[in-house]
Formats: sequence, structure tokens, C-alpha cells
Amino acid sequence: MAADPAESAGDITDMFKDLFTIFIASAIINNFVFTRYLGLCIFFGVSKKMETALGMSMTFTAVMVISAALSWLVYNLVMLPLHIEFLRIVLFIGIVAGFVQFADTMLKKLNPTLYYKLGIYLVLITTNCIILAVPVINSDEKYNFLQSVTLGLGSGAGFSLALIIMASIRERLELANVPKPFQGMPIAFIVTGLIALAFLGFSGLITI
Amino acid sequence: MAVSYKKLILNGIFSENPVFRLALSLCPAVAVTTSVRNGFLMGIAVLCVMTMVNITVSILRNLINPKVRIPAYILIIATYVSITDMVMSAYSRAAYKEMGLYIQLIVVFAIIISRAELFASKNKVLPSAVDGFGMGLGFLGALVLVGAVRELIGKGSIAGIHLTGGNPLLIMVLPTGGFFVIGLLMGLFNWIDQKYYGGRPGGVGGGHH
Repeated sequence: MAADPAESAGDITDMFKDLFTIFIASAIINNFVFTRYLGLCIFFGVSKKMETALGMSMTFTAVMVISAALSWLVYNLVMLPLHIEFLRIVLFIGIVAGFVQFADTMLKKLNPTLYYKLGIYLVLITTNCIILAVPVINSDEKYNFLQSVTLGLGSGAGFSLALIIMASIRERLELANVPKPFQGMPIAFIVTGLIALAFLGFSGLITI
Repeated sequence: MAVSYKKLILNGIFSENPVFRLALSLCPAVAVTTSVRNGFLMGIAVLCVMTMVNITVSILRNLINPKVRIPAYILIIATYVSITDMVMSAYSRAAYKEMGLYIQLIVVFAIIISRAELFASKNKVLPSAVDGFGMGLGFLGALVLVGAVRELIGKGSIAGIHLTGGNPLLIMVLPTGGFFVIGLLMGLFNWIDQKYYGGRPGGVGGGHH
């Protein structure tokens, strides 16, 4: 008897520990916006109002988890056996674009109210670096299926956190007396710099 | 189109500078510009991809069905990015290790797809190539400028040559520094624009022709 119960229970705890580490690391320590500088166009674009920020973060997290799962399946079941890893950029972006198009059409038919709320974000998502970064990192790190999905979820949570923090600050910034040349984008950059400085404090929380 | 080539190039470098004026493709502008060398390599990669994509889209502009144009552009871009990625990993190993992820992410740079959509899909091959080259040049310039400021303050050197004595401010090569430098440079450009040219307040934020 190779698998004694205590040992397999230990395995499961280890697995959860591992997944939890990946989640925290991708959501906070390696936060996509503040330490990897990804998704900035969207980040600055939609963080003006809390409502849009919330809609965007939900859509983003969902698309990220699903595209992480889909691209893991395609990478491990199709690309590795056929030795076509060099095509991964083309295929990953194809998967994401195809999926977003599909979700867009389905949502329009099934739930028009939700579509009118989230539709505009869905279109923006295809050409966003965060969405492509998740599959690329997954295949670089050779994560298994659960780890890949967790990375997608954690990154989505991290991005949502960033958007919500930024949206709450920018709503107040509207009322502040900012020097004229710095109004709009420049001040948003400097604020992001300050938040990034705070996030620097998380580095070393968990070492991977 | 009676637009002179010189005007197209200057347009990319100054009045529609991708980073400082249009605020597009900011991710690489913050991510890789910890030194002049990295900024330069990234800029060159984008310059090549952009020129080639504009040429290809312009050649195929009458063949692509408008309904599927965005996926078609993305596939064209992805092909050239894969080529650039392989060339870079073969010829400059050290830099590739630092910024490999960002090279692959050139695929989704808003600036490339927006030029393909707004310019190359409506113009002949040569003006499209010049437009891509000009925009790429503007991007390259912006990256080198940000890289130079960050390297000078953060490491006390420019392009690896030490200039200042004493302790450099390490914070400038950390993530935070990138945001600060771009924010301050944008503010500076807006200030120059408003003071001497009476330009649009707020400066950045789209406004294509």
C-alpha cells in the first residue's frame, strides 16, 4: 500500500498551500498593475468612476480565469504534442480574441441588460496585455491546470483591487486643486507611483 | 492624400507622440525603461514591428473583410512579434532575459493596432510605411528619454557610463520611479505646450484625425 491516508492528506494540504501562495503572490506581491506594469491603458482609462471600475474588474476576472483554463488545455493537449510551441503567441491571442467574441455574442443573445452594462469592456479586453500575460506566464512557469486557473483568479483579483483603489482616489482628485499642466493623466501617473511605493512593502511577504 | 512624408514623421515624434501625447502603450514605457539600453532595444523592436505591420495591412487592405478586420490585424501583428521575439532571443540573450515577457506583449500594444486601423487600412503602402516608421520613432524616442532620466537618477549613469558620484536614488529604477518619471515628463510637455503654443489643456487623450 503506497498511499497511506495521512500522506495523501498531507499532499492535499501541500497542494492548497501551493495554490494559496500562487493566489497571494499574483494578487498582491506581483500585482500586475503596480509591480509588473501591465494593463496600464485600461487601468488609466476606466479608473475615473467607481461604477465602471467595478464592472470592468468583474468582466476582467471572469475572462482571465476562463482564458487561463482554455489556453492551458490548448497548450498542453495540442501545442506540446505537436511541438508547435513557437506559435504560442499567435495561438494564445487567437484563443482570447475568439473567446471574447464568443462571450460577446452569447451575452447579447442571452442577457441583453448585462450586455449593455459590460459589452463595451468586453471589446476593450481583447487588446489588453494582462489577458495575454496570464497564458504566457503559465506556460513559462509550466504550471498545472489548477495552478494556471489560480494564477488567472489571483491576477484578476489583483487587477480589481488596483482599479478600485485608483477609482476611489480619482473620484476625490476631481475636486482637488491640481496645477494645470498636471491635470488628467500626469497626476494619475504620480498617484499610481505612490500606490506602487506602498505595494513595494508587500515584497518578501512570501518568497517564490 | 497630399500629406508630406516629413509631416508624417514629425507627427509621430511630436504632435502625436504615442507615449506623451496619446498616452497609448504605456505598459512597456514604464516596464522596460530602467536603462537606456533596454528602452532602446524595446523601441527598435516596436519600430520594426510597426513598420512591417503597416506595410502588410496596407497591402492587404482591399482583401480583408471589414467584419473580421480586428482579428486579422491581431494575427498579422502576432506573426511579426513572434519573428521579433525569436530574433531577439537569439541575438541578445541578456536583454531578452530581462524583458522577454514584454517583447511578446508587443502583440497587444494599442498603438500598433490603432495605426493599422486608423492609417494603414486607408492609405497606400508607402505613406503607411512612413507613418509606422514615424510613430515607431516617436515611441523609441520616448522610451530612450524615460530610460535616460531613470538611469541617470537611479543608477547615476547614462547608457552604462558613470556620470555622478555619491549614492544614486535607487527608487527611480523601481516600479514607482517609472510612474513618477512619466507623470512628470507628461506634465512638462503639457506645460511647454500650454505656455508656448497655447495647446489643449490636459494634453493627452486621443483626438485622432
